[in-house]
Amino acid sequence: MRQHYDIVVVGAGPAGSTAARFAANLGASVALLERDREIGVPVRCAEGVSDSELRKYVDIDPRWIATTITDFGFFSPSGKMVQLLSQANGYILHRRLFDHSLAEIASEQGAEVFTKAYVYNLKRTNNKTTLYLKYIGREREIEADIVIAADGIESRIARFAGIKTKLAMKDIEQCAQMMLANIDVNPNRGDFYLSHNWAPGGYVWVFPKGNNIANVGLGVNGKYAGERSPLEYLESFVSEKFPTATRLTTTAGGVPVTTHLSELVTDGLMVVGDAARQVNPLTGGGISSAMAAGKKAGLVAADAIKKGDTSVKQLKRYQAEWNKTIGKDYKRFHRIKAWTLTLTDDDYEEIADALQGLSPDEVTLTKIFKAAVKNKPSLIIDVMKVFAGF
Amino acid sequence: MIRIDKNRCDLCGVCISVCPVDCIEMTETELSIDEIVCIDCDACVKICPFAALSTVSKE
Ligand SMILES: Cc1cc2nc3c(=O)[nH]c(=O)nc-3n(C[C@H](O)[C@H](O)[C@H](O)COP(=O)(O)OP(=O)(O)OC[C@H]3O[C@@H](n4cnc5c(N)ncnc54)[C@H](O)[C@@H]3O)c2cc1C
Ligand code: SF4
Ligand code: SF4
Repeated sequence: MRQHYDIVVVGAGPAGSTAARFAANLGASVALLERDREIGVPVRCAEGVSDSELRKYVDIDPRWIATTITDFGFFSPSGKMVQLLSQANGYILHRRLFDHSLAEIASEQGAEVFTKAYVYNLKRTNNKTTLYLKYIGREREIEADIVIAADGIESRIARFAGIKTKLAMKDIEQCAQMMLANIDVNPNRGDFYLSHNWAPGGYVWVFPKGNNIANVGLGVNGKYAGERSPLEYLESFVSEKFPTATRLTTTAGGVPVTTHLSELVTDGLMVVGDAARQVNPLTGGGISSAMAAGKKAGLVAADAIKKGDTSVKQLKRYQAEWNKTIGKDYKRFHRIKAWTLTLTDDDYEEIADALQGLSPDEVTLTKIFKAAVKNKPSLIIDVMKVFAGF
Repeated sequence: MIRIDKNRCDLCGVCISVCPVDCIEMTETELSIDEIVCIDCDACVKICPFAALSTVSKE
């Protein structure tokens, strides 16, 4: 580890590794720091991603793919299934291998990668930032012209630089997930269970990984926090649906479901991925948007280094770019999310009833439209579309 | 005062994202709360997916 880098990226998830890769590719000296002993572990993710989104940012390596998803099943509170063909081919990834590869690709471009490197403070003086870290338990200080904060849901790095990142309760889906083995699931269908009893303000997912293994997890909206914990909800679901399953993992996690931070940059610092709340607020999917943000930020950062100007004015190009692309879509999804939180179990049941008996290729968006007359039909279509494309 | 059940905590970091005074710190292996700074707002207790945090009255 050197004393100084042009750019230091904190956090080696999809956002950080992608930012490091694009910045290093343009010739900046880059360090990528990860607190944990191993990149990509533990997996706190259902691992679903769409093919078309993923390939925008990386050449897909077949080793990352656990399964291909061709269908989605939506289950009503009483258990009626509405099946929908996937709008875009989807994958369930092996995030462990995927995250490893993204860091590896960054290092091939020249980024230096360090694990067990925990950043606990920052100080900005004379256009440089000192990062205070513990590297394998020893105190270190390194200096950067630009810091890219890719530290996930916690988002303390940006806080150290004065950006407000605290989340309101309702802007979080609190999650629990188990990877279950020895279960009988459709190997190419991703399932969603919608019910206030299973997961209030969120949903349960069953995403197959092949070999009778699946990620089974759920998110509960933070506005219901403190009643029953997501772990308790998950225990109930798993005991009822998969009583004999082998529990290979049990993990906690959280997804920010709000619009992105109003300030994505400040002097010498940029925020990307979950840390910037750049997640699809409707589905909770954040892998591809983390990579999108990482790419945009990495390119702008390297350019700023070339120009010798790391001021907020220069770095703002990243924010502008985000606002007019994915940021704009997610603002719309966020409004839809607010509306989905008003749907009751009766609403879900009614929609499922109207669509019963149709085969998946008959479940067109027009039929959903008709089924949803009592609710806000155009919104239902949007919701299904977004989910069916991950 | 907030008690951390360290055997239950999964080090997911969600509690940190709701803390209004940023007094929760998480290293690779351990979560800790700065009691002096903590304002006992309970947000972390509620949001923890594993119910690993609880409020205990100050002695
Ligand atoms: C249960 C669950 C299910 C999900 N399912 C899906 C899904 O199916 N599809 C999808 O697209 N998205 C899903 N998501 C969201 C997705 O996991 C995230 O959006 C994505 O991982 C964000 O990437 P990131 O790089 O921003 O952050 P992360 O992947 O969280 O990476 C942040 C990294 O920063 C490190 N770090 C934190 N603080 C420091 C520090 N101070 N110093 C050094 N390193 C630090 C962390 O250890 C971590 O490795 C899910 C999330 C959860 C919780
Ligand atoms: S939210 Fe709970 S499980 Fe997650 S780090 Fe905090 S105390 Fe641990
Ligand atoms: S009780 Fe409130 S102030 Fe104290 S650690 Fe928890 S969130 Fe922070």
